[in-house]
Amino acid sequence: MEPSTASAASPTESAEPRADFLKVTQFNFHYGKKQALFDVNLDIPQRQVTAFIGPSGCGKSTLLRNFNRMNDLIDGVRHEGNITINGHSIFDPKIEIIALRRSIGMVFQKSNPFPKSIYENIVYSLRIAGQNNRRVLDETVERSLQGAALWEEVKDRLHDSALSLSGGQMQRLCIARAIANRPEVLLMDEPCSALDPIATAKVEELIHELKKEFTIVIVTHNMQQATRCSDLTAFFYLGKLIEFDRTQKIFSNPAQKQTEDYITGRFG
Amino acid sequence: MTTRIQAQGGLKVFRRGPDLFRILCGVASVLTVATLAWMVFEITHQSLPAIHKFGFGFITDGRWVPNRDAFGILPFLVGTSVSAFIAILFALPLGLAVAIFLSEDFLAPPIRQFIRFTVEMLAAIPSVVYGLWGIFVVIPLVKIFGQWAVVTFKGVPILGTLFAPPAYGNSMLTASLVLALMILPTITAISRAALVAVPATLREGSYALGATRWETILGVLLPTAAPGIVAATILALGRAMGETMAVAMLIGNSSRLTSSLLSPAGTLAGLLANQFGEADGLQINSLMYAALVLMALTLLVNVLGEAVLRYTQRQTAGIR
Amino acid sequence: MSTAPTAAPEDFFHRVHTANSGRRALGNRALNVLCVVLALLTLIPLVSIIFLLLKRGLPLLNLDVFRLLPPAAGMSGGGFGNAVAGTLIMVGIALVLAAPLGVLSAIYVNEYAPASRLAHAVRFVAKLLTGIPSIICGVFAYAVIVLATGGFSAWAGGFALAILVLPTIILTAEQALLGVPKAFREASYGLGATNFQTIWRIVLPDALPAIMTGIMLAVARAAGETAPLIFTALFSQYWMQSIKEPTASLAVLIYNFSTLPFEHQVNMAWTASLVLVIFVTIANVMAQVIFRKK
Repeated sequence: MEPSTASAASPTESAEPRADFLKVTQFNFHYGKKQALFDVNLDIPQRQVTAFIGPSGCGKSTLLRNFNRMNDLIDGVRHEGNITINGHSIFDPKIEIIALRRSIGMVFQKSNPFPKSIYENIVYSLRIAGQNNRRVLDETVERSLQGAALWEEVKDRLHDSALSLSGGQMQRLCIARAIANRPEVLLMDEPCSALDPIATAKVEELIHELKKEFTIVIVTHNMQQATRCSDLTAFFYLGKLIEFDRTQKIFSNPAQKQTEDYITGRFG
Repeated sequence: MTTRIQAQGGLKVFRRGPDLFRILCGVASVLTVATLAWMVFEITHQSLPAIHKFGFGFITDGRWVPNRDAFGILPFLVGTSVSAFIAILFALPLGLAVAIFLSEDFLAPPIRQFIRFTVEMLAAIPSVVYGLWGIFVVIPLVKIFGQWAVVTFKGVPILGTLFAPPAYGNSMLTASLVLALMILPTITAISRAALVAVPATLREGSYALGATRWETILGVLLPTAAPGIVAATILALGRAMGETMAVAMLIGNSSRLTSSLLSPAGTLAGLLANQFGEADGLQINSLMYAALVLMALTLLVNVLGEAVLRYTQRQTAGIR
Repeated sequence: MSTAPTAAPEDFFHRVHTANSGRRALGNRALNVLCVVLALLTLIPLVSIIFLLLKRGLPLLNLDVFRLLPPAAGMSGGGFGNAVAGTLIMVGIALVLAAPLGVLSAIYVNEYAPASRLAHAVRFVAKLLTGIPSIICGVFAYAVIVLATGGFSAWAGGFALAILVLPTIILTAEQALLGVPKAFREASYGLGATNFQTIWRIVLPDALPAIMTGIMLAVARAAGETAPLIFTALFSQYWMQSIKEPTASLAVLIYNFSTLPFEHQVNMAWTASLVLVIFVTIANVMAQVIFRKK
């Protein structure tokens, strides 16, 4: 139907990184009667790592899960305000939610490989889109696994069950699976919370690599992690965005008292 | 210290003698286990004369003529297998659809609740009531269908054989349809449990990769739940093989082996139900032998189903 | 606000807007509809059964049917009082035999020696018994009681039903005991109670509602079963005099009357079915209510 688009390169790949690639405007979000986000305004720049920090229940995961509209799966939610990606509203009824989610990859707190082979996990999103060309699939698997720094470890057992991997490997497989589609944005919801320090270091290293290609938003409980791998940090508290700045600035010289209290460990 | 406590002696008061309640419970447990052994022994024992006389020929012989002391259960064995198989053929898609329907959020919770209640209701209706209903509803419908099918499929390979004339109401097809309805709750309940046991993170993972609901169901949920669904099917097969009253009331209880689904047929359970009350002599022994075969068959199927179910539970435990 | 040119959304999501996305959405919708239709299809038989039960069963339903004896073939009037009584008595026999055995086994399995060989054997046997066709229970009762005593009896029927419900009782009782928090037991032992005292005063009272649920489910199951009764209890046209003689039951009455060529008898079968379904439903609902209370 649209043959011309099949081979075209992404219009955003070659252009200058955009400073408001993900733009949140006056965003409010409610679970039923409970309001989870209050008037959030936020510009997330392209191809950088932005960390969301804050105590549990502060709304950071809620906002993250709005970017790919995972919250649509929950009954009784509603929002006000807008979120745009590269200038396009993600709530535009013309945008198919399937298409949106394919442009925005997501890595979850707990690794969730499907009980299939390593190979089939990665090509899942291609297969459901009708792509069954063996060469394309093979290339995607190798590129994604290399992108997730997992290729060397698993290249000889691509058809083994994904459940045979270690915890850290499983999480990197999930990252590989998320980037198989070449999304624009990679959302990470506390990706290391279930990993040991060595596996965590590997994933953090990976995040550094991935930001060359992807816009990354990472939710983390671990402030060291935010300092280690993010360029910008947003601090949320009780559903409000308290402060958003360069990571270095936030952790060395925060403008808000609440931010300072949190990063110095006085609460949360 | 120890000696002082012992010297007081008061602490030993509850420890006098053996724990009688424990012994009682142990005896009950032994009796429970013995019950099954006793069943197997007694039924085997009663069928020994028939076993000596017919041996394995009992299974491969197609004639069951009590007044000539000719006893072979082949037609009933075939009937049991075929009726259970056809029942699964109907019940599996339907039961799976209901299971998916109940584990997803297609419609408002009250409607889901209502469907769930319906399926539980289906499970609670006694077999004999299904039989009665089958006589007055399914038999006339199958008769109409049969008359149409006989004409339509005449000369068509396979279908022409399956729907060969004459078209009776009391037939393999009628019994299988009602059986399908009766095993539907089993398939639904176990499949639903397997689907619900799929971790929510897998569903989210699939949606986050841009899959539609049904791509998620077919690509992730069903494959993950597959062992559980297989177990459900096997256990339902076991139930269908042992189901007695509705089948006995609807299948026509014929000992003739035919290929037409529109003809009367017989099952092992139906044979037992029909003939035990008035049997004597070698016929009793032969019926016992038939019961032994039925028991072995259903036990085998159930052990297999349980094994798959246990394997499933271990698998999903691994994912979590 | 950035000055970057705003492309249409379709362009931005170009890679994913492949030719088949419309087809995928359509396929999704089609399967939605198919699934709902199939699920609703299961309603039809149930509606049909309930409709017929009411339409053909209600007209004859009055107090007389519980007082009178079954009408002889071709006769009108009458009822199935003896069958109701027979069903109740045989279900009672089954419970008296199976409930203590099942609950005590469950206590042994869960409280005394959960990891013992005997406990594993009990669980395994209970699972196997669940899968044994009900008619095999009848065959067994026929072999050990009917053949041994030389006659059909309520006792044989009740024995067959007892075997039938034994696994239900064991498995639900075990679940019930498993549901008692471990802390209760530890607290009791901590206060110096013996095994028996802990089980009797702490564990059983807490598990009782769930055990009763299992027993009510067993009642529902036993009342509806026909196959184990047709050649153990057989049937009787008369009121029961002793448990050593052939005994009527609702289920067998339905079976016998369903194929008679007399309209009145067939209607009586429907009325008996209605009574049986109501009885089974009440037992099931009671099981749920007892369980929810806990």
